[in-house]
Amino acid sequence: MLRVFKSLAFLACLAPLTWLTWKGFHSRLGANPIEAITHFTGDCTLTFLLITLSVTPLRKLTRQFWLIRFRRMFGLFAFFYGCLHLMTYVWLDKFFDVHEMLKDIAKRRFITAGMTAFVLMIPLALTSTQWAIRKLGGKRWQALHRLIYFSAAAGVIHYIWLVKADLKKPLEYAAVLGVLLAYRLVAWIFSAAKPMVPRAEIGATRT
Amino acid sequence: MLIKKAPDIRSSEITPKSLYLSRRKFLAGAAVTGAAAAIGLGLRETISPAVTAYAGNKIDGIRKSPFSTTETMTPYQDVTHYNNYYEFSTEKDEPAQLAKNFRTRPWKVKIDGDVEKKQELDIDTILKMAPPEERIYRHRCVEGWSIVVPWIGFSLSELIKRVNPTSKAKFVEFTTIYDPTQMPGQRRNVLQWPYVEGLRMDEAMNPLALLCFGMYGEDLPNQDGAPLRIVVPWKYGFKSAKAIVRIRFTGSEPENTWRLSAPQEYGFYANVNPNVDHPRWSQAKERRLGEFYKRPTLMFNGYGDQVASLYSGMDLRKNF
Repeated sequence: MLRVFKSLAFLACLAPLTWLTWKGFHSRLGANPIEAITHFTGDCTLTFLLITLSVTPLRKLTRQFWLIRFRRMFGLFAFFYGCLHLMTYVWLDKFFDVHEMLKDIAKRRFITAGMTAFVLMIPLALTSTQWAIRKLGGKRWQALHRLIYFSAAAGVIHYIWLVKADLKKPLEYAAVLGVLLAYRLVAWIFSAAKPMVPRAEIGATRT
Repeated sequence: MLIKKAPDIRSSEITPKSLYLSRRKFLAGAAVTGAAAAIGLGLRETISPAVTAYAGNKIDGIRKSPFSTTETMTPYQDVTHYNNYYEFSTEKDEPAQLAKNFRTRPWKVKIDGDVEKKQELDIDTILKMAPPEERIYRHRCVEGWSIVVPWIGFSLSELIKRVNPTSKAKFVEFTTIYDPTQMPGQRRNVLQWPYVEGLRMDEAMNPLALLCFGMYGEDLPNQDGAPLRIVVPWKYGFKSAKAIVRIRFTGSEPENTWRLSAPQEYGFYANVNPNVDHPRWSQAKERRLGEFYKRPTLMFNGYGDQVASLYSGMDLRKNF
């Protein structure tokens, strides 16, 4: 049953890309398709980061503990859309001009923030396998994977710094991220105050 | 190339709304993925795509102009569905739909400030001041994209000459209509409304500066600034104020809206200049809509022969 759900979730995660591709082939990306692709893949990356971060609060609040089985998939899709987003920049915006890109990263803070968000996702994607979890040990693995907080924060800052005047959308992302991080802070404070929680729960509360 | 255009779907809307939905669902504790929401919204947009708006009325007696470029014109569909018109929306594909019922008649333009003939001019009086000319201009947005548009109008100087500014007038200021009932974007304070732009007197008198009321042989579509706008082709697009209701002559430099919003990013002059970067992006290149590769941006957007002399001796890095 879980296998079926996982396959369905995988297809659902691919839906935005399918949608984008379909629009591309049907000339429906507007007057500036490259800009549309850039914005769309960026939105997908942030959305999947937030979905990934919502797994733990959701499973705790709803007591649907099986949800954890989906977290890795969501996280890897965040990385996948992040790669597409970066590719639109590297290829369609800068046309592989390394010098230009380095100048951009150093000079423009919204690029710096975006690049930070992406780079922080790399070790998480690389250590997403069962093998890596065993190799690192649960505690260290978990500590490493808290980098996602910083990646998501850098991603939201990237968006805030890039808009010209209308902060509505980036602030929506910021609000959701704020709630998701606040949940962890509260959970951490409670778990620190109540050391009697069963062992198995401690790790989960802190994720 | 696999990417073509036909902008009747608002791609930029899909994910944020799905996020919006998913946020509510997160908060409600329901287990629904954002991707599912994206599909739902996507289907809705396929079923009811936006409608193309045409202004329609042909303008008679249009003359050709020596100022026109021979470059390929941007398709009408793109110029009417890719609009930075924050009075309607901060999404470029939305003004086409939101401006559909914008009322451009009756329309008066108030002429005041340091001018001999203070008056309220009716739009139809203004349109008869001089014969309409077609001016095919390059138009470069500060965001790094550009278009080529066959505007219709006549030199702004034609109007200025008729209203006799006094010797105190050193600048001319343009104000866009403020009407939140018709312009949904003005219900939010994204910018300080009404939109204000300005030119130095000698810039305004330069024959390239166009008082514009049409394009592609027809009346100006609402989303492109109807019924009256200016077009200043050697400056970034935001200098070319739309839906003008007031022209004021003044001795001091007008405080233009984008400069008020972010003074370190937008100046008063805003001349197209590949050598002076916007603080957040390079201005060396631009993407001409419809083209895959970027092209180099030209000094004064390629109008240096006509306008460079206006700025001799000025530090264009400081006066960006």
